[in-house]
Amino acid sequence: MNFADLVAEADRRWKSLTDGETPWIRVGAALCGKAAGCDAVLAALESSLQRHGVAARISEVGCLGPCFAEPLVDVQLPGGSRVIYRNVTPESAEAIVAAHVVQGTPVPGLALGYLGESSIGGIPPLVEHPMKARETRIALRNAGNIDPGDIYQYIANGGYQALNQSLTTMTAAEMLAQVNASGLRGRGGAAFATGTKWNFLAGSREPVKYVLCNCEEGDPGAFNDKGILESDPHTVVEGIILAGYATGASNGYIFIRHGHDGPVDRARNAVRQAYELGLLGQNILGSDYSFDLEVALTGDSYVSGEETALMESIEGKRSMPRYRPPFPAQVGLFGQPTNINNVKTLAYVPEIVARGGAWFSSIGHGRSTGTAILCLSGPLNYTGMVEVPMGLNLSEVLYEVAGGVRDGKNLKLVQTGGPLGGVLGVDNIDLALDFEVFRDAGAILGSGGIIAADEDTCIVDLTRALIAFCQYESCGKCFPCRMGMSHLLEVLERICRLEGECGDLELMRSVGLNMQAGSLCGHGQLGFNPVSSAIKYFGPEFDAHILERRCPTGTCLGAKFSPKLTRR
Amino acid sequence: MDGLTQKITAAIHNQLQPTVTVLSSLLAVEEAIGYIPKEAVEQVAGLTGNTINDVWAVASFYPNFRFLPPCEHQLELCWGPSCHLLGAMQVIAAALDQLGVEGEGDTADGKLSLRYNTCLGACAQAPVISADHHLMGRQSPDKVRAIVTTLLSSPGPHSQDVH
Repeated sequence: MNFADLVAEADRRWKSLTDGETPWIRVGAALCGKAAGCDAVLAALESSLQRHGVAARISEVGCLGPCFAEPLVDVQLPGGSRVIYRNVTPESAEAIVAAHVVQGTPVPGLALGYLGESSIGGIPPLVEHPMKARETRIALRNAGNIDPGDIYQYIANGGYQALNQSLTTMTAAEMLAQVNASGLRGRGGAAFATGTKWNFLAGSREPVKYVLCNCEEGDPGAFNDKGILESDPHTVVEGIILAGYATGASNGYIFIRHGHDGPVDRARNAVRQAYELGLLGQNILGSDYSFDLEVALTGDSYVSGEETALMESIEGKRSMPRYRPPFPAQVGLFGQPTNINNVKTLAYVPEIVARGGAWFSSIGHGRSTGTAILCLSGPLNYTGMVEVPMGLNLSEVLYEVAGGVRDGKNLKLVQTGGPLGGVLGVDNIDLALDFEVFRDAGAILGSGGIIAADEDTCIVDLTRALIAFCQYESCGKCFPCRMGMSHLLEVLERICRLEGECGDLELMRSVGLNMQAGSLCGHGQLGFNPVSSAIKYFGPEFDAHILERRCPTGTCLGAKFSPKLTRR
Repeated sequence: MDGLTQKITAAIHNQLQPTVTVLSSLLAVEEAIGYIPKEAVEQVAGLTGNTINDVWAVASFYPNFRFLPPCEHQLELCWGPSCHLLGAMQVIAAALDQLGVEGEGDTADGKLSLRYNTCLGACAQAPVISADHHLMGRQSPDKVRAIVTTLLSSPGPHSQDVH
């Protein structure tokens, strides 16, 4: 089948879903939907339809964004707008089927909003919800809208157009020029210019070169990599093939932790479908470009996400970082030149190629072009995943997009960019979403995880929890990190027990500086950030614990349980 | 060949992806039988041309691998920062109390194995736990007590091959 035929077939199938004979019911079934109980809702929908003797198509879709309202059920009658129902239970699923699907009468009391051109009485447009109003969706354009298990739905929504366009009308150099023009920077944390990275690989003449897609997202509070992979896996697959074409790579891997069944299954399925339709393998879409892609799993290890540890893991070894140089672009996976990009970075590429680098760079703020894909968690009113233009203010994100803190409490601090990113006090969140602005404020925008904490949070206790994570996840290769994390944790536990000593802050600083100087990867180099930033913004609270032997919030005292964490 | 040997052989030879390594083989065995017996280490070493030492080095590095047959049920409790801020410690304390154990590990009767997890990936639903690989969000001490009670009174995915 040539590409035009594929598109025609995809359009025909899409039309039968949205304008066919039967209603289409989409159920949010990403990790957030699963955790909220979508399986019971799916079962209730099916049995209810059966009991009413009504036919409807049910699809499990990915994450639409407002995870706080999961399980989400999205009902679209033929040719009509979509009504998104919130916090659906098996009981309310029955009510929705009886009223909306059978009678054709939507239920405003259960709805979060509608999506589509024709308005629906009593239900607000979803695009006006605080969580959606500021969004510009590029990488997430299909998330929650299409069935991630069906490649035709991706194609019907413009998917693989960029690949076809590149292979038929652009040289690899022309395509790479678009990525350079876009100003796209890595969304895994380091914010390195993607085009520059690709230039390194394109310059190598080795016959076997690799493009790796990093979905080993171990950062607690970040779920956007897994979210994209399970909501729209084909946009990632297409991004990887385009990266391969631009750099002349022959092989690729999607790298993800075992056990996250949704994202793993979606990724494997997407790769299989792309092979079946000739979008992967020999002579893609009849061109002379060939590329092979597979899914590689890793075990539980946070450091696996570090690019050289990642390659060790794909090679089947302990995921410990390598010495650099040589850099991966020279000697990488299996000794061959290798390029590693984050899921989010690659997910932007199809749209950048289709709409041009200039279009992408027109969105954003300074050198931080495009959008930020944020994961909002903690005691916020609206938790979930949003994609907003770079440059939006962090305080707007917290107070408007996320709706502020629950139960009328006050925000105390936010933790951005993963456990290694450190914390920002509430008086310091007037920051534009921009890699440099965050860096200058001593924080990391990083992978987009934003965890909020309210006034009841004890900063020492939170810092202890962050360092407990870092200690548990140190791979052990560099002793300043391995021993340093344990030492920091020991001191923080002592301060939490109100048994801290006068020199403890200074002691932690000297341990931290040694970790920074003597560790191979970011885990040890940045591992002191949670402590240093906490002391910077909340010094008096540490002093109260150490000098006055009291916890101002009263939440870190010995009465509070603390598990003993073990690692073999 | 006995049943266990056959299952291990099938698991390591039927891997779907083209790149077969020590780690991918160990993950395949664990997926199939829930643990890494000594025999699997030997088979993986043979298949990949590594020493038994090399294979143990990998198996002992990743904390997801266990070396005793699985318990009937698996309960994972997340203590990542998002969950921590929304009461994970109280949830963990309630689960430990309900199980009558002091920390990670297997119950004496082999009924349930408890593990802590650093992030289950559904932070917007914190606190999150995973019971027999099903994610469950918005937990509270009472909810997790009820879940533990249900697990202990029902047969689990590994009820056939308990140690």
